Amino acid sequence: MKKIETIIKPFKLDDVKEGLAALGVKGLTVTEVKGFGRQRGHREVYRGAEYQVDFVSKIKIEVVLESELVQDAVQVIQEKARTGQIGDGKIFLLPVEEVIRIRTGETGNAAV
Amino acid sequence: MNTGDTVFVLMSAALVMLMTPGLALFYGGMVRSKNILGTLMQSFVILGVITLEWVLWGYSMAFGPDHAGIIGGLDWFGLNGVGMDASPDYGTTIPHSAFMIFQCMFAVITPALITGAFAERVKFSAFLLFTLLWGTMVYNPLAHWVWGVGGWIGKMGALDFAGGTVVHISSGISALAAALIIGRRLGYGSTPYIPHNIPMTVTGAALLWFGWFGFNAGSALTCNGLAANAFVVTHISSAVAALSWMFLEWLHRGKPTTLGAASGAVAGLVAITPASGFVGPLSSVLIGAFAGIICYGGVVMKSRLGYDDSLDVVGIHGLGGTWGALATGLFASKAINPAGANGLFFGNPGLLWNQFISVIATMVFAFVMTVIILKVVDLLVGLRVPEEEEEMGMDISLHNETGYSL
Repeated sequence: MKKIETIIKPFKLDDVKEGLAALGVKGLTVTEVKGFGRQRGHREVYRGAEYQVDFVSKIKIEVVLESELVQDAVQVIQEKARTGQIGDGKIFLLPVEEVIRIRTGETGNAAV
Repeated sequence: MNTGDTVFVLMSAALVMLMTPGLALFYGGMVRSKNILGTLMQSFVILGVITLEWVLWGYSMAFGPDHAGIIGGLDWFGLNGVGMDASPDYGTTIPHSAFMIFQCMFAVITPALITGAFAERVKFSAFLLFTLLWGTMVYNPLAHWVWGVGGWIGKMGALDFAGGTVVHISSGISALAAALIIGRRLGYGSTPYIPHNIPMTVTGAALLWFGWFGFNAGSALTCNGLAANAFVVTHISSAVAALSWMFLEWLHRGKPTTLGAASGAVAGLVAITPASGFVGPLSSVLIGAFAGIICYGGVVMKSRLGYDDSLDVVGIHGLGGTWGALATGLFASKAINPAGANGLFFGNPGLLWNQFISVIATMVFAFVMTVIILKVVDLLVGLRVPEEEEEMGMDISLHNETGYSL
């Protein structure tokens, strides 16, 4: 099993979610995050005081899936989340040691 | 007694009352979220403190029978003699208590304005004590000087229809004293103090604009043409000032801002306050236009001068009120209000001089008294919260509450 952690632009969430669902991915976790990479922040002005805000709002999706699905999932995410502009995000792959379903105690692929 | 006048003054009193929670929202949106309750609490609690003070000795000191042109004394302590019959001097067609309660709302909002200068760093006990002392020893005498029968500034011939000096210059200059004495917030210069809820600020500005109709038009104390004029010029000044601030900021900084438009509107309202019963609509266009420009300048200058007047009380109320008081000396016309005077542009330079004296007297008195009061309060209870508490935020450290449990 592997975990995909991906940072994407917030408005792409629905597209990515639907893309993953079409693949058979059964669940995912979404967090609102802030960050920056190559994408610059922006300027805010309040009553003459200017602030440079470095952090940009992003969405982080975490999904654990069977290793067989990973290649397709990565491709779907890249397809759906891409705009071609700086700030599209990144995909990280991590190994997962174990997965346990709390309700039933199932482990491994059955718990994914 | 006149029913129409009485309705008008009572409703105006209610409108002015609403301005204090409106101010709370206006200020609240501009502070950081960890301080929202501390900020709201200050304005809200002043309704309690100053109302009690007003009823016990404040009204008497401000409007009671005169002593040497300086103060009203305690003849009307506890509203003794202030009842349902009309006063022979104040609002002769309405119950005396209606006039008293109308004035009460002015006494309440004035110290609330000052809280903007020391937002995010003052102890609650210090703030309560300061408010009580300031209301008693600065507001009451000033109100007497300008509006009390026998008060020396009024007798001299200076004009202040609804409180340019008594409310705005006094709070503005006191705010300057407070900012200087209390000192800057932690992290000044490096920490961004970003307004946490501008929609709240705009809501507050809208409530202030609405309530200001009571503030200015109600000061006519009669429901007539003069009140209508005050209502009209108030609205015009606010509208034009919102635009002039917005356009100036657009030119200066590249984009028009919501906070700027809201701030401009308030600046226009401040400036028209002393003039509202004496100037006509076209004058109010100019008064508002310059208010937006002057107050914008004041706010921009603040960072260059290095004092931390957190919410721009000096730039908007101090400067705006000064412009308004002097503008009254320029634009006042007896054609609008025969009981007033003519200003410079209507052939009488004398009024401008009186206005100037009233401005200086207000500034000196309020500044000096505020410094003294702050020093006393600092000695008694200490002014600022400790650094860790300022870092944690007023809501938790002063009130054991969180504004937003989302």
